[in-house]
Amino acid sequence: MFILKLLFKNAFRHKLRTFLTLLSIAIAIMAFGLLRTVVSAWYSGVETSSASRLITRNAVSLVFPLPLAYKDRIRQVEGVTLVSFGNWFGGIYIDRKNFFPNLAVEPHTYLDLYPEFILSPEERQAFLRDRKGAMAGKKLAERFKWKIGDLITLQGTIFPGNWEFVLRGIYRGRDENVDENQFFFHWDYLNETLKKTAPRRADRVGFYMIGVDHPNNSPLVVQAIDRTFKNSLAETLTETEKAFTLSFISMSEAIIVAIQVVSFVVIGIIIAVVANTMSMAARERAWEYAVLKTLGFGGWHIGRLILGESLLITLMGCVLGMAITFPAAYIFKKTVPMYLPIFQVEETTLYLDLIASLGVGILSALIPTWRAIRVRIADGLRRIG
Amino acid sequence: MSPIVEVKNVSKSYRRGDRRVAVLQDIDLEVQEGEFLALMGPSGSGKSTLLNLIAGLDQVDSGTITVGGVDITSLSESELAAWRAAHVGFIFQFYNLIPVLTAFENVELPLLLTGLSRGERREHAELALRVVNLEARMDHRPPQLSGGEQQRVAIARAIVTDPTILVADEPTGDLDRISAEEVLNLLERLNRESAKTIIMVTHDPRAAKKAVVTRHLDKGFLNDVHPQTPV
Repeated sequence: MFILKLLFKNAFRHKLRTFLTLLSIAIAIMAFGLLRTVVSAWYSGVETSSASRLITRNAVSLVFPLPLAYKDRIRQVEGVTLVSFGNWFGGIYIDRKNFFPNLAVEPHTYLDLYPEFILSPEERQAFLRDRKGAMAGKKLAERFKWKIGDLITLQGTIFPGNWEFVLRGIYRGRDENVDENQFFFHWDYLNETLKKTAPRRADRVGFYMIGVDHPNNSPLVVQAIDRTFKNSLAETLTETEKAFTLSFISMSEAIIVAIQVVSFVVIGIIIAVVANTMSMAARERAWEYAVLKTLGFGGWHIGRLILGESLLITLMGCVLGMAITFPAAYIFKKTVPMYLPIFQVEETTLYLDLIASLGVGILSALIPTWRAIRVRIADGLRRIG
Repeated sequence: MSPIVEVKNVSKSYRRGDRRVAVLQDIDLEVQEGEFLALMGPSGSGKSTLLNLIAGLDQVDSGTITVGGVDITSLSESELAAWRAAHVGFIFQFYNLIPVLTAFENVELPLLLTGLSRGERREHAELALRVVNLEARMDHRPPQLSGGEQQRVAIARAIVTDPTILVADEPTGDLDRISAEEVLNLLERLNRESAKTIIMVTHDPRAAKKAVVTRHLDKGFLNDVHPQTPV
């Protein structure tokens, strides 16, 4: 108790210095937390992907479509329970900056395959019935203040022209990791329009989404599907949904690595800040350590005082930093909802904050402790005044 | 009667640049139990160095120092620290109280190294502060106390563990005449009433007068013995 009291008193001897150090640690911990959350958000699609869903695309590239006729042949593969399909539409709503993912899907099978998108029975029926109907995520609808029945026009980029949809459903995610910023409409609407405007592009799908009876059967189903279309004009590449999502993320791996490096640089900066504070404190108190040694306190006692103070300051800064990470993450999420739709500070991030702070506390105290332990009593006492 | 402090053939030098400067040369000194010894000498004569060696704050180059039957020159750093905690009470010229702690907490500090309970520590610290007549100011921090009061707190801190010897390095060097007199009277009383063995370094003749025996150091050599009053 006495030692704890002494640690607190020592930590706040220079109130302004300690306050500024705490502020630096708190900001650094917040930055570290936000950067880790960005990395987690980037991988959130992987975490939400189902182990019992596969994606089949053109083996050459995702840019090249597959024939619609593959659907029935895929359905016949043993272990396949459901087949849906779709196209990345890439439409623009009013302005490019209003980006959100929009896809043309076969709605009946898609909703069965993705039960994490929750629609009320009425809205589900309305969406399925209306060929020009669309469904949007709750957050997306809130962002543009859309209501059921609203007419929404997207400007096509991959499929030129103005495309009109009627909003028939607003889905919400089954859990908080489900992206509520997407927009889906009937693939038939797209295909029938293409039949009139660009017949060569009709009856072709961007990718198939396949349900399997058991995740353990996925490797066999993957092989069976790709074997089915071997040596055809459009060979397929089938992979698990997780692998498919990861292949997208790997395209931006350099950015992720850069973010991770920056997050560790931030920790390096805090080590320098706290080490500087602790070195100054230890240098100013060299005579006190000499006095304590005179009274019979050993090097370990002195070390504990410095280490304790360092840990106290970093942990206080860490708690403050963790506390401000949440509002900062909220603001960040509100600012760029379309790019990182799942942006939540995870429990793991908080543990990482804590571990980083403990590491900073210990590393920052090492040199001052070593110096304080080594200083001769006579030399320490000479610094008085 | 065997002496409580026995210094035999002690030499000590310091490195200054490329050369070694001898501070103490073949010093022999005996201090009897209950003695109040004043070590006098000009600046740089080695009196503080001798005091530090006796208190186990520094290591000899050669020779031996025995305190209470323990050869402290053979102790390791950690053994020496434990020995100091149990056997030496140190009073500094500039009081050296921890500024963020109250007078009471400063006095309690050395007791943390003992196995005493919190209640026992409180009892001992209050008693020590009572001895120096500062119970009323136990909750004040050093900056709130006068120089004389701070030195009395330092004396309370030095005696709270009931050490074998009290060593004081210029205890009145930073005090006005009245405060210095109070501190010296207190040391004299501790020696007379509690039979505390005190070794005090000073170059103030008035302070030395309070001691029972005065020894003079000059250029690293110990000279004469001046008993002022019989032990």
